[in-house]
Amino acid sequence: MMLDDFMTRAALAGVGVALAAAPLGSFVVWRRMAYFGDATAHAAILGVALALALQISVFAGAVAVALAMALTVTVLTGRGYAMDTLLGVLAHSALAFGLVAVSFLSGIRIDLMAYLFGDILAVSRGDLAVIWGGAALVVGLIAWRWSALLTATISAELAHASGIDPKREQLILTLALAITVAVAIKVVGVLLIAAMLIIPAAAARPLSRTPEHMALTAAVIGSGSAVIGLQAAYALDTPAGPSIVCVAALVFLATSILQGLRS
Amino acid sequence: MSLIAMQNISVGYGANMVLRNVSLAIEPGEIVTIVGPNGSGKTTLLRLLIGAAAPESGRITQKPGLRIGYVPQKLHIDPTLPITVERFLRLPGGTPRSACATALERAGVPDLSHRQMSALSGGQFQRVLLARALIDEPELLLLDEATQGLDQPGSAAFYLQIEEVRQQTGCAILMISHELHVVMAASDRVICLNGHVCCEGTPEIVSAAPEYRALFGTGTGGALALYRHEHDHSHDETCTHGDGPGHPPADPHTRAAE
Repeated sequence: MMLDDFMTRAALAGVGVALAAAPLGSFVVWRRMAYFGDATAHAAILGVALALALQISVFAGAVAVALAMALTVTVLTGRGYAMDTLLGVLAHSALAFGLVAVSFLSGIRIDLMAYLFGDILAVSRGDLAVIWGGAALVVGLIAWRWSALLTATISAELAHASGIDPKREQLILTLALAITVAVAIKVVGVLLIAAMLIIPAAAARPLSRTPEHMALTAAVIGSGSAVIGLQAAYALDTPAGPSIVCVAALVFLATSILQGLRS
Repeated sequence: MSLIAMQNISVGYGANMVLRNVSLAIEPGEIVTIVGPNGSGKTTLLRLLIGAAAPESGRITQKPGLRIGYVPQKLHIDPTLPITVERFLRLPGGTPRSACATALERAGVPDLSHRQMSALSGGQFQRVLLARALIDEPELLLLDEATQGLDQPGSAAFYLQIEEVRQQTGCAILMISHELHVVMAASDRVICLNGHVCCEGTPEIVSAAPEYRALFGTGTGGALALYRHEHDHSHDETCTHGDGPGHPPADPHTRAAE
């Protein structure tokens, strides 16, 4: 059976995350939400700790905390603190509380590194189902709202004039972000999730003429980086998650140089 | 009947009232301009009309099924977002390409459909925004300082285009403008807003009215009309300033039009 091979499972997990991250990451880039994605991811470690303590699924815990974090920031923004200050306070507090909470979980031995940097080579069939299920949900959600999201991204006022509520679209992106963070924890870990969101999308920008084209190109670059990064990690005996991000970063470098040569 | 009407609209609280007891109505086919100093509630008024904001009190009624086209103030599209003019025009509903082409032609830029939005000049960008507002063949076109950032010939050409659009489509036009000389030339009706409606009427009537002279001086025919607002001028029914909201603290009376 194909899925018996851990490398195959790892590759499928990486591709699944890349597919969800591509359209979402494009919006993160267009809307300048990079730090928002980062903060949501950091907060997820608290969700992991809570999930382990309560003995519920890590995915559910991570989604819940990531979502709570993202909603809190959305609600609090503009009430006295700038967005980046709020994100800094909440994200790093959540990360710190998460790390402290994990240390209280005496009965269970937890490999914290697995959640900070991911453990893609240990992906089980069950994990794979969660990753692809989550990815399908995210892609479906974004595909369903695509035009409305795009309009709201270009201008809140134009969205209103077209009968679209930009706040609702923002909420949908927030939800998609929380799901993506939760499914990506196993693959790249909370510290590198933002990289999977932003780098493929940014690398796709110079190659694209339409938003759809950019999202698709980002998916190709992300999936390719996952597969090649895994191979490289295997051949060079390097950590898998970071290797994937390194490959994506090299693609970004290449397309940036290409753009520089063109103009 | 009126296309859209506001009755006793108020927005804001206490000392921060943005609009107070504003009533106005737009009739089919007319060009109405709203003038007023910064912070006078002009943009808030437009946001109420497109439904992006709700009034605290008062009523907005519109003709059933009214089609509104909206041209925003200068819009920023992040350069990381690749999008062609045509794709931008087709958002969000997948407008037919032929309708986009017609709208671009009406806006005076028929050849731009395959250009990237990020590669357009300021004037081209504003015309694309105008084209976008024209796609649904609106009965009412709203323009929010649509010529900000354009130079004098650029904005003059833009307003000529607006006039042409009205002739071609018969739509009513409501615009906000700082450019008072354009107001006089291109409008059927002028409304002076400063938290409340100060003065209102046809340019001829308004320009003959003492209230108008008090507000804008007498030099509005020229390209460099002076903006003149007497805060201590005598009050009457049509022009009650009092402690009107949005009034800047009493300051020198003469400023160049922005």
